[in-house]
Amino acid sequence: MERIPILRMGNFLLVTIQVDMHDKLALTLQDDLTAKIADVGAKGVLIDISSLEIVDSFIGRTLANIASMARVLDAQTVVVGMQPAVAITLVELGMSLPGIRTALNVESGMEYLKETVIDYRNGEDYDGDSEQD
Amino acid sequence: MANVLDVVRRNQESLLQEWLEGIKGGIRRRDLIDDRELKSQAAEVLTMICDAPGEAALDNLNSPPWQPLKDLLASLSTTRAVQGFTPSETAMFILSLKGPIFGLALKLHKNDVDLLFSEITAVDDFIDKLALHTTDSYIHGRDQVIVRQQEEMLELSTPVVTLWDGIVALPLIGTLDSARTQIVMESLLQAIVQTNSRFAIIDITGVPTVDTLVAQHLLKTITAARLMGAECIISGIRPQIAQTIVHLGINLEDVITKAKLSDAFRLALERSGRSVTRNSKSNGPVLSGAREQ
Amino acid sequence: MTGIVNKTEMLPIKDSSDVVFVRQRVRVWTTQLKFSLVEQTKVVTAASELGRNTLEHGGGGELEISEVVDGIRKGLRLKFSDKGPGIPDIKLALSDGYTSKQGMGLGLGGSKRLMNEFEIESTPGQGTTITVTRWK
Repeated sequence: MERIPILRMGNFLLVTIQVDMHDKLALTLQDDLTAKIADVGAKGVLIDISSLEIVDSFIGRTLANIASMARVLDAQTVVVGMQPAVAITLVELGMSLPGIRTALNVESGMEYLKETVIDYRNGEDYDGDSEQD
Repeated sequence: MANVLDVVRRNQESLLQEWLEGIKGGIRRRDLIDDRELKSQAAEVLTMICDAPGEAALDNLNSPPWQPLKDLLASLSTTRAVQGFTPSETAMFILSLKGPIFGLALKLHKNDVDLLFSEITAVDDFIDKLALHTTDSYIHGRDQVIVRQQEEMLELSTPVVTLWDGIVALPLIGTLDSARTQIVMESLLQAIVQTNSRFAIIDITGVPTVDTLVAQHLLKTITAARLMGAECIISGIRPQIAQTIVHLGINLEDVITKAKLSDAFRLALERSGRSVTRNSKSNGPVLSGAREQ
Repeated sequence: MTGIVNKTEMLPIKDSSDVVFVRQRVRVWTTQLKFSLVEQTKVVTAASELGRNTLEHGGGGELEISEVVDGIRKGLRLKFSDKGPGIPDIKLALSDGYTSKQGMGLGLGGSKRLMNEFEIESTPGQGTTITVTRWK
């Protein structure tokens, strides 16, 4: 069965959605991603949607769900690279996805994740292994 | 039985001369078109009337045989609209054909008043319809000019400027209608992606009024920018606009607003981890000549 | 709904991959009609919402895509029809937040905002037809 690959980079998971997703594929991604977060103890999830030509209410809801589920599993989610036309349409549709963090591209998305995860560690006085290379 | 069209065919040359005299009398701005061009246009129209196939009846301008003539007149009228002729000058071109044809009809049916009357009525009706057709085409030509100018204006009115690495600004000037706001907003979002800017300042100092629809567009743009990962700051809200916004019940609570563009710029700099400091020695602008003193 | 119909295409909507194909075909049509990128995205998104509605609520059906002309305007018309249970209260179904199954309840109301014309006919027990048009 068709699946969207999930890459792991230290404590972070990276997903690039490149295909025109049908609903089942979106749900599979949601399952795979939550399983993987729990599996590897990921602290951050980055979803790159720069090649998506549309985001309808179903995909929007899936993204929001992933972010909420990740939060429960103690991971931050950032969605990056939404195209202007897609954003305008999504707003017109009535979805503003208030719970989702966004960034312009993978680079600034990674920056955000590193900042928040490090802040959180400082607060908790975390001393586990570090994701720095 | 001879009818007017046959006579027109036989006297094409002299008719053209008479018609041209009439046309020239009706045009005030003679500099817009030269005589040679006018003559060739008139000759072409007349030839088309004369060469119309036998089944072409004067009382049915919508029949296929007349289509080439209508197309020719339409293109002539559209060109005239662009050249700057008035609508009446454009209509006079074809209306001037009435006199000469009536003259021919009179010679032909001198002794039969009834026939003369019916022939003249038919020609009169035919030419009036052609004149209305030229007026319609003229207005269509004008509309096209207006549409083109509107598009050009919209392009001119959307200058997205980069203030700093990662900070763009859109200074809006003039009244915002819904169509313009939409285009302005699209180009702002496009610029955010192209320049990879995390902050966008929309300055509305030059906007006299904001209505509900425009305010909604502004809010939608801000939400869309946030979905893309950029933050918008609105600056330069005038007191009257602030009042309107509150009266209309538009909720700007989630939007960052600043009084001046400079305040918005400073905030964007701070949020992107930069700060503005004053160098203690410089106390304002120094004219180049005064430096040595 | 005004306008003269120029060309049409029929597409089946039987499963969720058909909805993906619907999106792709509607994209091709909007490109041919030279819609701007934002307009294209709006129409394709509306098609996706309504296609899903036909599938989930109507139990499958079909889509008729057509190019329409009205004077000098051109537009794209999408007609989704199913033989499902129908919509008992159309006004309620169009309000934001209404949802029959999954989704955020923005399908019908949202696609109405994305298009210029929106018409819905539904007979309980016999099916639903939703016709939408976007003018250039």
